Amino acid sequence: MDDLDRRLINRLQLGLPLVRHPWQVLADELQSSARELLDRVHNLLEDGVLTRFGPMFDIERLGGAFTLAALSVPEVRFDEVAGQLHALPEVAHNYRREHPWNMWFVLGCASEQDLSDTLQRIETLTGLPVLNLPKEETYHVGLYFPV
Amino acid sequence: MTAAQALALRRLLEQGLPRVSRPYQALAEQIGTDETQVLGQMRQWHAQGLFRRIGLVLNHRALGFTANAMLVLDVPDALIDEVGQRLGHAPGISLCYQRPRRLPQWRYNLFCMVHGRQRERVEAQIRQMLEAHLLSDLPHQLLFSSHAFKQCGGRFAPLPSGVPAHG
Repeated sequence: MDDLDRRLINRLQLGLPLVRHPWQVLADELQSSARELLDRVHNLLEDGVLTRFGPMFDIERLGGAFTLAALSVPEVRFDEVAGQLHALPEVAHNYRREHPWNMWFVLGCASEQDLSDTLQRIETLTGLPVLNLPKEETYHVGLYFPV
Repeated sequence: MTAAQALALRRLLEQGLPRVSRPYQALAEQIGTDETQVLGQMRQWHAQGLFRRIGLVLNHRALGFTANAMLVLDVPDALIDEVGQRLGHAPGISLCYQRPRRLPQWRYNLFCMVHGRQRERVEAQIRQMLEAHLLSDLPHQLLFSSHAFKQCGGRFAPLPSGVPAHG
């Protein structure tokens, strides 16, 4: 990654403008060319530095349902349970955390009913009780990683 | 734009924005409309809050943000909004939510995410933040993540056909 990659990533975290020639706008800001920036985004995705580029719809406003959930998984079963969750398309993120509740994951489902069915399915699959922690209030959303 | 076209547009966008110089024209061609219609629809969705921005999902670990901590606090119910607002806007806090307690297993009701490059610095930053807000005495824990098993933020789950197309 060079300086232009970094400036591009930082700028894109603020969002691509909704105009006909968005890359030209960015090229003017970053003193580059639209072609060059598109190639850079392509390479950053290929290299896995970026995992996605595009609008992220708010699933809740589309009638969907999200939650943050946790499991307390016995150490010997950790990889097995991680594999079980990985196979479920509703699981968007799964992190190991240093805590007795050691597996934390986000579920994204098409409806509240679907979410409650998925939680039930996870309990049945793993034989472990799920800690279900849906968000009740949002105080701040501002994910930004200066690189 | 018809409801069917709007739904088709949203499904295409699930895969990301086409990486061409005129992405909205490329999308328009795929759903049988024109660039003006696509831009209009997307501006409307944006104004309605259906998406915040045409942005990106970073593999923050690949970029060195490996000290990723979830700070959880047990805040008295009467203070939760005030504390949530204050900590949510403190420097370095990227997400801040209220979530339910699940007693007796789980007592914490405020969740803050902090992403940093070094664990010691994240710990110091959180300690200083709690001191500055006179919150050090609140029961709290810091849960560092040690491994990401799955990260595909942004891909939303299949939606039923009955979901309103907003357009």
